Amino acid sequence: MKLWVPAEVLWIFAGILGLLTLASLVVTFLRRGDAEGRHAELASRVNSWWVMVGIFALAVSIRRDAAIAFFAFLSFLALKEYLSLIPTRRADRRVLFWVYLAVPVQYLWVAQGWYHMFLIFIPVWCFLGVATRMVLKGETRDFLRAVGTLHWGLMTMVFALSHLAYLLVLPDGGHQPKAHGAALLLFVVLLTELNDVLQYVWGRTLGRHKVIESVSPKKTVEGLLGGALSTTLVAYFLAPLLTPLTPAHAIAVGLMIGFGGFIGDVTISALKRDLGIKDSGSLIPGHGGILDRVDSLLFTAPLYFHFLKYFYF
Amino acid sequence: MGLVLRYLWYGVIVRLVVLIVLGLNVRHRERLPAHGPAILAANHNSHLDAMVLISLFPLRLLPKVRPVAAADYFLRNRFLAWFATQVVGIVPIKRKRDHEGEDLLAPVSAALARGEILLFFPEGSRGEPEQLAEFKSGLARLAERHPDVPVVPIFMHGLGKALPRGDWVLVPFFLDLWIGEALRYKGSRDTFMQGYRDAMQGLADEEKRAAWS
Repeated sequence: MKLWVPAEVLWIFAGILGLLTLASLVVTFLRRGDAEGRHAELASRVNSWWVMVGIFALAVSIRRDAAIAFFAFLSFLALKEYLSLIPTRRADRRVLFWVYLAVPVQYLWVAQGWYHMFLIFIPVWCFLGVATRMVLKGETRDFLRAVGTLHWGLMTMVFALSHLAYLLVLPDGGHQPKAHGAALLLFVVLLTELNDVLQYVWGRTLGRHKVIESVSPKKTVEGLLGGALSTTLVAYFLAPLLTPLTPAHAIAVGLMIGFGGFIGDVTISALKRDLGIKDSGSLIPGHGGILDRVDSLLFTAPLYFHFLKYFYF
Repeated sequence: MGLVLRYLWYGVIVRLVVLIVLGLNVRHRERLPAHGPAILAANHNSHLDAMVLISLFPLRLLPKVRPVAAADYFLRNRFLAWFATQVVGIVPIKRKRDHEGEDLLAPVSAALARGEILLFFPEGSRGEPEQLAEFKSGLARLAERHPDVPVVPIFMHGLGKALPRGDWVLVPFFLDLWIGEALRYKGSRDTFMQGYRDAMQGLADEEKRAAWS
């Protein structure tokens, strides 16, 4: 079988598997002789990482259109979780149906490499279309809340996430003959998820000062800075392997991912706090729902994408 | 033939719709009975309620898990009757007696005697989406007759949004299910029904759910 991804991507996947193996060994060591099950949550979290990395590697490596379809499905799951969590109006049942249809259409533009339509379909066409469909229904009670929350969902779960898929077709223009879409994608996904883990580890070990207590009481300045800086360090070393980024740009992107990921994370925390829930779902054992996992990507994917697009493509 | 169709229906089509298009968040899954006889008593919002509950069980139990459903509705024409009994696998019960002394619950008792896990909707019909209607006492009469059979209360939320009565467009929503502790018949029908109502209310109040207004 011929994979479409270059060797560098496979090497990085091999490295990730090495890290996961190490994590599993550490968890096994921690749990040895631990009858109280104190690390059960950690163990299920690491196990879920294995599953997620496996699915992601498989989805991304085989063919490009399969990878795009995978992100369309991810958007669908995230949007479904979001629409299930927020208050909705009975009058908008059919509107919600149309909102879901935006997912395949947006990813169709991605697969076609139609950049202009990819950019405006949700901010312009869906923005106007959803409002039109809703106002024609004639229900004015909670109208602003409903139209606002639906558009926010489309912008984050569909528009922002679809930037990940567009990375796959970004090198098609030929400006950077050596760049590969899968490598560009792997760079931002790996660093974003690594940043989440590093911020957690730094926060747990050195965290003293709360950073944004009213939204996320466990987040600390030490976690944020330690995570963002170590992510930047990894970005600096990984960039030449996977991206056309210059060293200075790699540092800029590392910081953007470090801090952007944090903002994405706490934005979804604020949303959950507003709705009065803890986890967005139970799809991923140890992590919560899809939103709990893609929250940071909602910010890092568009930031990284447009940085690349402006300077390189 | 019927069993093959049942496996195709529940193993492929229903699971695709319930697990992929919709999606489940199940609380206290460990409280589900591992074998029959048992009665699962849930609130009723949608035709998909029974499909969702059946997908909670492993496929090997499929021949043993069956929804109790109204004969006058599901057996009203030949195609529907064939589909309901052969594919969906309902235990049909009549809602009105044809003659004095007719035992309406007899088919249900027979199924329990065969060790089946039965899905029972004490509200009787689907009613207003996402609102609990009055639970009818058919459940208590059934429990009184089978005091050794556990009655598991299940509160479901989401299908009234995804596919409410009178609509045919399925809109994806995650479904939330709360499984309660098994109840057994003690005392009187009234105390049993009160216990069931309290259990359902307790499950409904366990977590905040997204408003649907």
